Amino acid sequence: MRVALFVTCVNDAVYPSTGIAVVKLLERLGVAVDFPAGQTCCGQPQYNSGYREQARRLARRTAAAFADHRHVVVPSGSCAAMVRTHYARLGEAGLAPRVLELSEFLVDVLGVTDVGAYFPHRVAYHPSCHGLRLLGLGERPRRLLAAVRGLELVEQRGPEECCGFGGAFAVKNPDVSVAMGRDRVDAVREAGAEVLCGADNSCLMHLDGVARARTAGASAAAGPRTVHLAEILASTEEEPLR
Amino acid sequence: MSGTFLGMPAFPEAARSAVADPVLRANLRHATHTIRARRARAVAELADWEALRQAGKEIKDHTLRHLDTHLLRLEEAVTSAGGVVHWAEDAEEANRIVTELVRATGEREVVKVKSMATQEIGLNEALEAAGIAAYETDLAELIVQLGEDRPSHILVPAIHRNRGEIRRIFRDRMGAWGRPAPDGLTDEPARLAEAARLHLREKFLRAKVGVSGANFMVAETGTLVVVESEGNGRMCLTLPETLISVVGVEKVVPTWRDLEVFLQTLPRSSTAERMSPYTSMWTGTSDGDGPRAFHLVLLDNGRTSALADATGRQALRCIRCSACLNVCPVYERAGGHAYGSVYPGPIGAILTPQLRGTVSELDASLPYASSLCGACYEVCPVAIDIPEVLVSLRERVAARGGSGHRVERAAMAAATWLFDHPGALAAGERLASATRRLHPSRPPGAGAWTAGRELPELPERSFRDWWRRERGKGS
Repeated sequence: MRVALFVTCVNDAVYPSTGIAVVKLLERLGVAVDFPAGQTCCGQPQYNSGYREQARRLARRTAAAFADHRHVVVPSGSCAAMVRTHYARLGEAGLAPRVLELSEFLVDVLGVTDVGAYFPHRVAYHPSCHGLRLLGLGERPRRLLAAVRGLELVEQRGPEECCGFGGAFAVKNPDVSVAMGRDRVDAVREAGAEVLCGADNSCLMHLDGVARARTAGASAAAGPRTVHLAEILASTEEEPLR
Repeated sequence: MSGTFLGMPAFPEAARSAVADPVLRANLRHATHTIRARRARAVAELADWEALRQAGKEIKDHTLRHLDTHLLRLEEAVTSAGGVVHWAEDAEEANRIVTELVRATGEREVVKVKSMATQEIGLNEALEAAGIAAYETDLAELIVQLGEDRPSHILVPAIHRNRGEIRRIFRDRMGAWGRPAPDGLTDEPARLAEAARLHLREKFLRAKVGVSGANFMVAETGTLVVVESEGNGRMCLTLPETLISVVGVEKVVPTWRDLEVFLQTLPRSSTAERMSPYTSMWTGTSDGDGPRAFHLVLLDNGRTSALADATGRQALRCIRCSACLNVCPVYERAGGHAYGSVYPGPIGAILTPQLRGTVSELDASLPYASSLCGACYEVCPVAIDIPEVLVSLRERVAARGGSGHRVERAAMAAATWLFDHPGALAAGERLASATRRLHPSRPPGAGAWTAGRELPELPERSFRDWWRRERGKGS
């Protein structure tokens, strides 16, 4: 099987380790990965900020970049949801059904939940809003994590609550955004998790930023460390995630 | 809408003080989480909830598409049942009509059923200016009125108050409005309710004019419906000689069959009850029973302009249940006052800018008062896609290009250009990575991010560069 990786702009520029993890994970599972170089950003920041025409330009570019691929794998629930739920409104309905968030591809297309990963840590999972409500990822990420050797999945209170990132919301309403993030970080700390896993690095960037600022300021317990789902699934005994 | 919110700062500034108030945060967190959990249980009892939600949406959409027809039918039915129908284009006209109707009775006071429409138009203030006292009789509205406060929640207007504060308000303020609070009043809920009951009873028995809104108006028979929990509504709707109801035009439903859907979804979504304790229905006037004169003031006040917006019009489906407020993580932290309107929370963020426009800084900030998490849409009993409307209103605000949006527009255009030129993007990423050790940890312009959040470290190289080196040229 051959798939195209839509790495997303945030992962490309800030979290390349997530893209690399997806490539290694899929290749380990016998899937050939293409990286169409014409891809950039799905256009979600433009769309959600009210700049529809600019979003349309990027939707056109994205759809053209992946025109030849049956399966387009995205390590971001939010970007996958942008394509699947909003591209039709931008005149690019054709790409929508071919785009799959990583856990959807693994569970629904490959039919695997045990990907042979190893990660001996206490992990909480944050189901980001767009993956949860727009894609309906449901239990897929948790099932994948539960099958990772050595991994202890811990439950936090209110897992369905938004972390407060919300794209432009994070800077337009910084006080509310940070307050929401702190509540999530506190919930994960209370649950005793060392690692906070998610399928969206934008949310994790915000949560990590909040957690580090909170630790720096006061006597609050350190952590959690944020790690993308793909990096945990790519981690093996031979090549463990450090 | 109500003048009491005029001159308020934009949402982010107003929210800042709420976020910094630990007592308010604790009150709101406790209250919203409690109602949220109770609603979830009440909704889970119904196997056909999704079908009811879909039906509610379709009934409202169909009614709104033929609103003129249903309103004329309603007017005919109300008139033939002995009522008088008045049409008000805006708040000023509605206030003038009600003021004149009260004046014509010769009375100087009215008792009020909790009503969002009359708050929206600032009726109490208009009546006061005309020398007419309007007494709120819903417990929470009474607390707000006595405290010279503003409501902060649609269903629970005094959600921001705890019982200690309520005791103080009753003790200090009741005397100025009528029967004073009993001596030695404690903050026990039963004692506080008893104080309110005694204070209000005097008003119910004396009042000759009642003023209400309505949750629904049934066009086929001209019947109005008020759903409430305390019985104060029943008192105001039945005891006075004259009843004046101010109702938004979108509250009409064609038939009793349609009502059946909403009488299931509204109580479960709002108070988490299977049925509200008091569901009052009246049709015009009846000899020897209830008010002898009934006036219905049909209120537009921006609703038909909202109806003209293909995306925004779904906000008119709203049945004011408050479920969206109770699940909203932004409302929970910012509180209701930050929204600067009688309609706070997610529904307020899409309703207020449509009713008032997006000219003021506050109104233009409301569509951004959301992380687009979608929890509101999930619980809405009439399936209003609030995130979709928020984004559409952001388009409106961005197109206007008001304060701050010129810079944003330029930044968006630059980002879009870069993302539309992958070669330039790759070069930019390389430059950013190569100079990453030189970046300050608090770069200028990043203040909104770095207050309370650290920035991520940039990687040595982008994914794009890794791919080029490790997997050959891009396909």
